[in-house]
Amino acid sequence: MNSARSDPPPDATEEHDDRADGPRVALKILVAGGFGVGKTTMVGAVSEIRPLRTEEALTDASIGVDDLDGLGSKTTTTVAMDFGRITLRDGVAIYLFGTPGQERFWFMWNELSRGALGAVVLADTRRLMASFASIDYFEQKGTPFVVAVNCFDDADRYDPPEIRMALDIDPHVPVLLCDARQTVSAKQVLVALVEHALRLASGPSSTSPRAWRTPAPTRDG
Amino acid sequence: MDPSETPGAPRGPGRERWLDAAAGPIVRPYAVTRGRTQPTGEPLDIVAILVATGRPPAEPGRLSRQQRRLLALCRRPHALADLASDLDLPLGVIRVLVGDLLDSGLVDVQRWSTPAGQPYVQPHTDQNLLRRVLDELRAL
Repeated sequence: MNSARSDPPPDATEEHDDRADGPRVALKILVAGGFGVGKTTMVGAVSEIRPLRTEEALTDASIGVDDLDGLGSKTTTTVAMDFGRITLRDGVAIYLFGTPGQERFWFMWNELSRGALGAVVLADTRRLMASFASIDYFEQKGTPFVVAVNCFDDADRYDPPEIRMALDIDPHVPVLLCDARQTVSAKQVLVALVEHALRLASGPSSTSPRAWRTPAPTRDG
Repeated sequence: MDPSETPGAPRGPGRERWLDAAAGPIVRPYAVTRGRTQPTGEPLDIVAILVATGRPPAEPGRLSRQQRRLLALCRRPHALADLASDLDLPLGVIRVLVGDLLDSGLVDVQRWSTPAGQPYVQPHTDQNLLRRVLDELRAL
């Protein structure tokens, strides 16, 4: 098909590190959650953070929300967000996007969640309510997600089953505790998410994760 | 302010600085697209990967400075988000500029292909790809 850049054999890495060649395929992971819950911290723990501006011209779609008659295409809305990249071998790159939590940025969420591998919903036990919007969103979109409770030093500790109940999360959705500052911990969250996405992709009901009722193996440990 | 002070210079410890760089470019972002806010064709995904085709531009003089930079960066595959960050331009602006380069055949979108004989699946639901990602994440 594309003979010019055919796939390298999987074991052709002993001399040449192909990570410098740029990505051949990119996968998106969203890190969502309420304000101050540690989204940027988590992205920074596993990748190098880079700034990204999305100064979007308000299009017809958003003109329906506010009456901007006469303002024309000059009207833009600026969203600054962080993203990070994890470069794996064989031209695979994972892009992490810390998504602004406020509702007015949901046009960005739509763009980011389209074709996304999945999402991490970061939660803070002191403000669990702040996670509801994200959880609802990904449930509706059918985006695979895990809930990661960022264990702040001064917050009360709860077990994942208690948090699952408080947030009314489906039994198949992994709930885990993490420390978003720690690379190892943040990486474990990503591993749990990819495992979950893989289960959904290989399951019979991959198009409607809501219908998936088989409890995950005892992740709540 | 003290008129003897140079804008942009640090003004002593603990005091405010003029944040010219943070205030953004002097040129309004969509000036570099000649006012266009929508790219031609399908909007590119934020992580669409772009590669220069190597074709010489028919009218090099018509390329803007930013487009020449984009073209140079795309000699190696670059995702749209990387390009926006590298050029410090908003994603929407990059979309328009890259759209021009796509239209004139100077860059191409790197298509995800599944091995011959296997049905096409999008990368984020490709089980083989997800397994590879999982193995590598665990090994990091």
